[in-house]
Amino acid sequence: MSKRKNHISIIFILVLAFFVGAFSFPKYLNQGVDFLNEKINWDFPHFWNVPFELGLDLQGGTHLVYEADLSNIESSDYDSSMQGLRDIIERRVNYFGVKEPMIQTQQSGNSYRLIVELAGATDPGQAIKEIGRTPFLEFKEQKENYEEIIVDNQKVLETGEGDFKDPFQSTLLTGKYLKKAEIGFGHTTYEPLVLLQFDSEGADIFADLTMENIGKPIAIYIDGIPISSPIVQEKISGGSAQITGSFTAQEAKDLARNLNAGALPVPINLISQQTIGPTLGEISLQESLKAGIIGLIAVILFLIFFYRLPGFLSSLALVIYVAIVLSLFKVIPVTLTLAGIGGFILSIGIAIDANILIFSRMKEEINQGKTFAASIDEGFKRAWPSIRDGNLTTLLVAVILFGFGTSFVKGFALTLSVGILISLFSAIFVTKNFLKFFEGTKLEKVKWLWK
Amino acid sequence: MIPFLKYKKIYFTLSGLLILASLVSLILFGLKPGIDFTGGSILEIRYQENRPSNEEIREALSDLDLGEVKIQPSSEKRVILRIKDISEEVHQQMIERLEGSEELRFETIGPVIGREMEQKTKVVAILAVLAILLYITIAFRKVSRPIPSWQYGIAALIALGHDIFIPLGVFAYLGHFYGIQITIPIITALLTILGYSINNTVVVFDRVRENLTINKSSSFKEIVDKSLNQTLARSINTSLTTLLVLFAIFFLGGETLKYFALALIIGLICGTYSSIFLASPLLAAKST
Repeated sequence: MSKRKNHISIIFILVLAFFVGAFSFPKYLNQGVDFLNEKINWDFPHFWNVPFELGLDLQGGTHLVYEADLSNIESSDYDSSMQGLRDIIERRVNYFGVKEPMIQTQQSGNSYRLIVELAGATDPGQAIKEIGRTPFLEFKEQKENYEEIIVDNQKVLETGEGDFKDPFQSTLLTGKYLKKAEIGFGHTTYEPLVLLQFDSEGADIFADLTMENIGKPIAIYIDGIPISSPIVQEKISGGSAQITGSFTAQEAKDLARNLNAGALPVPINLISQQTIGPTLGEISLQESLKAGIIGLIAVILFLIFFYRLPGFLSSLALVIYVAIVLSLFKVIPVTLTLAGIGGFILSIGIAIDANILIFSRMKEEINQGKTFAASIDEGFKRAWPSIRDGNLTTLLVAVILFGFGTSFVKGFALTLSVGILISLFSAIFVTKNFLKFFEGTKLEKVKWLWK
Repeated sequence: MIPFLKYKKIYFTLSGLLILASLVSLILFGLKPGIDFTGGSILEIRYQENRPSNEEIREALSDLDLGEVKIQPSSEKRVILRIKDISEEVHQQMIERLEGSEELRFETIGPVIGREMEQKTKVVAILAVLAILLYITIAFRKVSRPIPSWQYGIAALIALGHDIFIPLGVFAYLGHFYGIQITIPIITALLTILGYSINNTVVVFDRVRENLTINKSSSFKEIVDKSLNQTLARSINTSLTTLLVLFAIFFLGGETLKYFALALIIGLICGTYSSIFLASPLLAAKST
């Protein structure tokens, strides 16, 4: 490497260091800019202030896993039903004002799940209630043995023995096909009722359903509870229906609103919940940052103590490394979780391994009486296979861990992998150029600095 | 130069004893799976004033169906409650009954997800071991003098088993006496050790490989000893820097990362020890 090339590389590294440093911690630079602007009455712009994305465990929030019951759905419609479910829950969540909810569907074996993440939700209990309250609307028709079940239920009522059975069975018509719902009032009784309007597909199903059931009741169920069961007088085309159920005006209004907000195409069941209060999130963030900073300082002291000037140079490279990785976290962006910070802190320890390998080799070469320049080159060349192999194994396991799927493991594996890849750059390119910078200078001769 | 191989009986005995102790610990106590695997709930609360006694807390919750309630104070004001997997209604009732406290964290995991996690953990662990095996095979395919390359693999694998087995034994002990459960973070830490610890062994073996090519007159034992001496400073220093950050996480990083860091610390110490005192002496032992 020529001197000229080395100087260009150093300039590149310094510019990069300034850029990533300012990008990861713009606060101080911007304070400086403010100060300068005031002093010389100028108008320098601020550096971009992109915030870190914090995971639920660091800012507080709720992670909910719902299992969808798809037993009444054709398997070919699973995906569209789950998509519908997702959209509706998203609308519901937006409706009660949680900022940027994250809602995704997930398939695990035969079960279909909905994952809802509410950041900073002040009252997760209320949120769960609201999501759960979303009505599940269903139209049911008589079972074949309707009369029999009615008679049986009558007996159960009289004797108090046995269980009631539902005389109705599900049909294709559910809230999925609902276009809108609104409050209305009966013509003669002025009783509040809910008017339903189906979409065109729903209207066809409703027409068929009413045609097949003329003279028989069709029951309207909300959340599994029969609300009313009007007798069908004639085939109804056009897709309008009404629910009467001795509502108060307020009840009818709420039901209409909830149906509009989204009648779920399939019933859901909460199977896992993780709630981190904002207090704990803040504590965790502070604690993990403190651990990271103390860890970094300890590593730097160790390096300078053991490796003198090269140790100092690799500490500089390490600080640049930290700024590069943090900038990448902002740009990609990587959602930082506690596990992610853990992985990143661990990568600080691992990142320095490459430099330690190189320096150990360099020391050996210098002790064998080789020149400074030759020692640097040999040190890097001979340490490379070990550096490559070592990082490869850790990376390999990190990638496999990523496939685990749990958010803790993913966060850890992602930051660890990013850290390892960047560490190769900082340990090889940055440190090497720093070392090369001293080639041919007077400092090169000061042996105690390098041993 | 330190004649490492001279004392190999001592290392083998020490490692053997540690593995035996871990085995006894695992058989006697077994591993305590956390709610990640069994399903269940954790509620962590913080009292404004000093926390009430465990009996008072138990009393306040006595009319709820919570199964066995495990109460673990985590600081002067903070308490962790471990109970069975409960519904949101019961959760709200608990909060109402625990007056004067603020909810820090609530987790509930259904048994279905727990079983799934257990399955996934097995698959990931097997995949990780296979990947490492494949890696060792490829990395040492070219070394064949004076011992065949697969013997490097076997030595590295024995060292690896040692590095995983001892932390498991320690956690079985901690589980029995301090109620520390095996959670996803701890499994993650152990799998990371798998990757990281092989790294240390590979560095020493790489040196052996290099010395074999440049130094054809020495015996295999001499070469292993020389390689160990050359890599010793690096092995210890690398582990020290990593241990420094891990201790920072262990002492300062908070409750969630504490046992995660501990698993990494134990695994890392075992890994460093085994790369110096177990893997290479095993390699040399086979050559005679």
